[in-house]
Amino acid sequence: MQFHSFAEFINMGGYAFYVWLSYGVSAALIVYLLLSSISHNKTVLQQIAMRQKREQKLRQAAEINMKKQGLTEPEINDEIITAAVQQSTKDNT
Amino acid sequence: MFKWLHPYANPEVSYNFCGKLQPWLFRISTIFLVIGLVWALLFAPADYQQGDSFRIFYIHVPAAILAMGIYFAMASAALASLVWQFKLADASAAAMAPIGAVFTAIALITGAAWGKPMWGTWWIWDARLTSELILLFLYLGVIALHNAFEDKNLAGKAAGILSLVGVINLPIIHYSVEWWNTLHQGATVSKLGAPSMSAVMYWPFLICLLGFSFLIAALVCLRFRTEVLARNSMRPWVRELAINSLRSEQQISCNSQQCHSNNPNQGTK
Repeated sequence: MQFHSFAEFINMGGYAFYVWLSYGVSAALIVYLLLSSISHNKTVLQQIAMRQKREQKLRQAAEINMKKQGLTEPEINDEIITAAVQQSTKDNT
Repeated sequence: MFKWLHPYANPEVSYNFCGKLQPWLFRISTIFLVIGLVWALLFAPADYQQGDSFRIFYIHVPAAILAMGIYFAMASAALASLVWQFKLADASAAAMAPIGAVFTAIALITGAAWGKPMWGTWWIWDARLTSELILLFLYLGVIALHNAFEDKNLAGKAAGILSLVGVINLPIIHYSVEWWNTLHQGATVSKLGAPSMSAVMYWPFLICLLGFSFLIAALVCLRFRTEVLARNSMRPWVRELAINSLRSEQQISCNSQQCHSNNPNQGTK
């Protein structure tokens, strides 16, 4: 142990400001990087999940629409719905 | 020869591999950093000329070395992606850039805080400091290019070319203290052969260096996985993963709020 008391340790031989500035800024930057990386990961996952939910809603809406238009079950297949959903997302953007 | 590497070209395999590695890297880095920094702050002797300001060294030098190391790794990944079109190499380069930028900033700031008491100035436009600042700008440019294009392949190409051009800065940083007159001291630890430093100072430095390396590896894993997800968002395995994570998150928030909304009997008292 290089220091005899806690006060002496904090004082850092007179260089307290510079030493603690260095350690503090480094710790803050690393913690910021860590937290922002974690939250970025969560945001990306959420966005992907949300887009799927939106897609699902659009599919349901498209199916109901087709039934209203008088299409019968065998005519409403996955391909037609997907095409309709793609069309409606294109219109939105 | 590289057959064992081949399965990792699959994004899902890489994603899972990094997911397994990540918690261990974080644990190991925590252990090393706690030991190294406590040693550096409490037990390492003060320098006979610089006194206790020398303790900045234990952050400054690992950060500076690793900032250059990350740049080299990023440029290698960029080369692999430009030459062989490895899409995952692009993702890893994009993952490394912000981490390198943060460590370059740490090296610059701790250097300034060390320069003020030792040299009498926070900043001076000499070769080592200026070339290190250029390294920071290179990182910022690479990050900006990765975010500048909607098309990630195009963004990766542009950022990759910039990172390859920027490699020229690495030898300039390293040899700047020999080629030009500078306030910055010459190499002490990165000299081939014996470092010009006593063992009682060298050991805590090595442990800090290892700790920061593992921390960077863990952060790269985390950011790489995010990049892989964002770039493969239409793949079934990513979609399934996203839905599952949303579900488990809702369950957690549900448990903490006692789930009033899902239990209709509770509201009709």
